[in-house]
Amino acid sequence: MDLARVIGRVVSTLKIEGLEGVTLQWIQPLHGDGTPLGRPLVACDTAHSGIGDLVYYIDGREASFPLPVRFVPVDATIVGHVEEVGLKSNQTFPRFDPKY
Amino acid sequence: MIIGKVIGSVVSTQKDDKMRDMKLLIVQRHDHNNKPVEEIAVCVDAVGAGLHEMVLYCTGSSARQTKLTEGKPCDAVIMAILNSWDIAGKEIFQKERDA
Repeated sequence: MDLARVIGRVVSTLKIEGLEGVTLQWIQPLHGDGTPLGRPLVACDTAHSGIGDLVYYIDGREASFPLPVRFVPVDATIVGHVEEVGLKSNQTFPRFDPKY
Repeated sequence: MIIGKVIGSVVSTQKDDKMRDMKLLIVQRHDHNNKPVEEIAVCVDAVGAGLHEMVLYCTGSSARQTKLTEGKPCDAVIMAILNSWDIAGKEIFQKERDA
C-alpha cells in the first residue's frame, strides 16, 4: 500500500455496474517524506476521506476487495486514514494539508 | 484509475479469437488539470463511451474484472464516463461546458 494525499473529487453517473454509490477521489501518491510521487490518479474511496486528508491506498487487483461488489474493474482504492507518520528522521508531515 | 479523452477507435478483424466482439477505443491520457499527456492506451470499452468523451480507465489485471473482459487478453478497460471533477475545490472539468 502507498501513502497519498486526497486532492480532489470525481463525479461520474455512468459507471460500470457494481460501482454504484462508490465515491471516486483524486489522490496524489506521496514518498515517505511527504513529497509527491508521480502523477495524481483516481481511486475509489471506502474510508470517507475528505480533500486534504492523508490516506493510504491499495492498488492492483486487490483494490476491488474493499468494495461492496468485488467483481469490478478497479485498480486503486483508499482503505484508511493516516493519523501520524513516524520516521527515523522523526520529521513529521501534516495529517491535513490546508493547501487543498 | 486514469482519466483520458477518447480520441479514436480501432478496427481489427484479424485478431485473437478471445478479442471478438470487443469495442476498442484509443484514449489519450489527461492529467488532473485536464491537459493531455504523452500517453495513449487502446482500451476495451465496457460502458459505451463515444468520441471526445472524458473517460476513466483501469489498467492491469483488474481490467479483466468485467463480464465482457473476464478471461480475455485485456489490460485496459474503460469503466466510467466522467461528468465533472474538481481539484482543491476548483472545478477543472464539466462535461456540458467542456465537451
